[in-house]
Amino acid sequence: MAIIRDIMPQFDLVQPASVEDALALLARHGDTAWVMAGGLDSLDWFKDRIKRPKVVVDLSRVAGLRGVSAQGDGLTIGAMTTLTEVARHKDVQERFGLLSRAAESAASPQIRNQGTIGGNVSQDAQCWYYRNGWTCYRAGGNMCYADTPVGMNREHAIFDAERCVAVNPSDTAPAMIALDARMVIQNAGGTREVAAQDYFIGPRHDITRMNVLAPGDLLTAIRIPAAFAGARFYFEKVRDRRVWDFPLVNIAAALVMSGERIERARLAVNAVAAHPVRLTRVEEAVAGKPQNESTAELAGSLAASGARPLQYNGYKVPLVRNLVKRAIRGQEEPWT
Amino acid sequence: MDVMQLANNPWGQVVPIHIAWFLMWLSLAAGLAFLAAHALFVRFLAKPEADAGPVAPELAACVPEKTPRHSLAARIFHWLMAAAMLTLLCTAFLPRAGLRFDWVNIHWIAGIVLLLAIVFHLGHAVFFMDFWSIWPDRADLGNVWNGVLRVLGKTVPASAKPGKYPLGNKMYHLAALACGLCLAATGALMLFRVRTPFFTRDPYLFGDLTWGLVYLLHGFAGVALIALSIIHVYFALRPEKLPITRAMIFGAMDRRYVLAHHDPKRWGCDAGTK
Repeated sequence: MAIIRDIMPQFDLVQPASVEDALALLARHGDTAWVMAGGLDSLDWFKDRIKRPKVVVDLSRVAGLRGVSAQGDGLTIGAMTTLTEVARHKDVQERFGLLSRAAESAASPQIRNQGTIGGNVSQDAQCWYYRNGWTCYRAGGNMCYADTPVGMNREHAIFDAERCVAVNPSDTAPAMIALDARMVIQNAGGTREVAAQDYFIGPRHDITRMNVLAPGDLLTAIRIPAAFAGARFYFEKVRDRRVWDFPLVNIAAALVMSGERIERARLAVNAVAAHPVRLTRVEEAVAGKPQNESTAELAGSLAASGARPLQYNGYKVPLVRNLVKRAIRGQEEPWT
Repeated sequence: MDVMQLANNPWGQVVPIHIAWFLMWLSLAAGLAFLAAHALFVRFLAKPEADAGPVAPELAACVPEKTPRHSLAARIFHWLMAAAMLTLLCTAFLPRAGLRFDWVNIHWIAGIVLLLAIVFHLGHAVFFMDFWSIWPDRADLGNVWNGVLRVLGKTVPASAKPGKYPLGNKMYHLAALACGLCLAATGALMLFRVRTPFFTRDPYLFGDLTWGLVYLLHGFAGVALIALSIIHVYFALRPEKLPITRAMIFGAMDRRYVLAHHDPKRWGCDAGTK
């Protein structure tokens, strides 16, 4: 846990009332601006005096970024909608229960009341070396302190580690991938949409960021298409403490069934790499197969292929395998 | 404006971590400025050299119609090294310029290709080529002095013709050699910081300060190579230098060019590719 130093460095706080104003401010201040949604991640960074932006753009007054609305057969969720609002929204619960469960599993009730869906999917890594302000790769340096013979890396990556071994800690991010969500990004030049799978990036592509947002960009909404509406969902989060903890591994699965056969599946795990990992080999293997124990075993055997555990996180390999088996079985066991 | 970035290590020591990235743009600008300045100088200021006179017929007779200049091995090395260098430059600096791609593996693989090419070239140059032909000598220094006097408007005797390599070639080779060796040596050490199939990753091979210096040397040599590459491509494409470029492709030079620009006593007459 980072040392809280309580007093934040000085910055200019701006509170736009519209998306247009927010975009204009971000364009004006470029990479000196910091976008603050719920503030839960931001305020820790500021109090630790590790991130020192000149300008903080607080989005809490932008009403246009809040709320869940129907769009065609799918839903559009404003980026500033709180996790509690997402988890309790009737349409989300009825048609996209996976997202409701994922949002409900994040942090504590108080944090979910303040934390936003946009902030949750875009949050930074929790690696304590990085959070403590050490000049690691992710902070622009030339070293990963977690990936050394004595590095404390129990919570770190088993997939796609490339110099930095930090993981993406979001609970809702794998659900977005499993639901084939699309992220709406705006900047002063216009609007673009990227698939959730492409929104998250690993250190191979940019070691200092966890998503595609560049200075000036703003995640304004998340669109959930109807592709997996009403599917058989599974979400499970394994963590050290039941209350208020980041995942050691979480899994989000959406199975579209045809009778007792799995017509198509979408699975993603998180906290195992710097980005949520979609398990395409598992998806291909289980498509067309019955939802039974042998399919679950097959899926489990494929789930962790390519994993390269570090000194202290080898337990994540069987954890991923077992979570995938349970996701295919559709049965959560009581200990989590 | 700092040319390097410093950081505190976990023990509170201030150590360098890498060069300041603006140097990348500075090197790009320097390369382009040299290109523009040289082109303008040649167009408007350069004085024609005094004609050294015809080569003695008996000497000219020993120069073949197609004078071998670079062996196949030397040409393969050159183009392999060029490909590796360009790959290394692109993978090192394009991500810094904002282009996102998976560059690390391509970078270290190209680095190993370059390292092997350099090792081959060292052996080839020492044992199979005329090793000293690429190093500046006393005649080159005299020619430089004559060139300065000529620009100042003095009448000076014609410069002695070079052997296999004109001074420009030699100077460029020297600069590329310094950068290349620095990059290869520091790059080989940096392989210990990433995962490769060759050896166990060991970030504690050196202390933070030593690692910082390795990164600095690698960075300075790397950005210098941006300007050097621009200058090299520029000269390779200049019309009066095209015969040299063609020789690096086809291996040989026309007799007429050799007689006009080289001293057959020093190179060309033996028709060797050394």
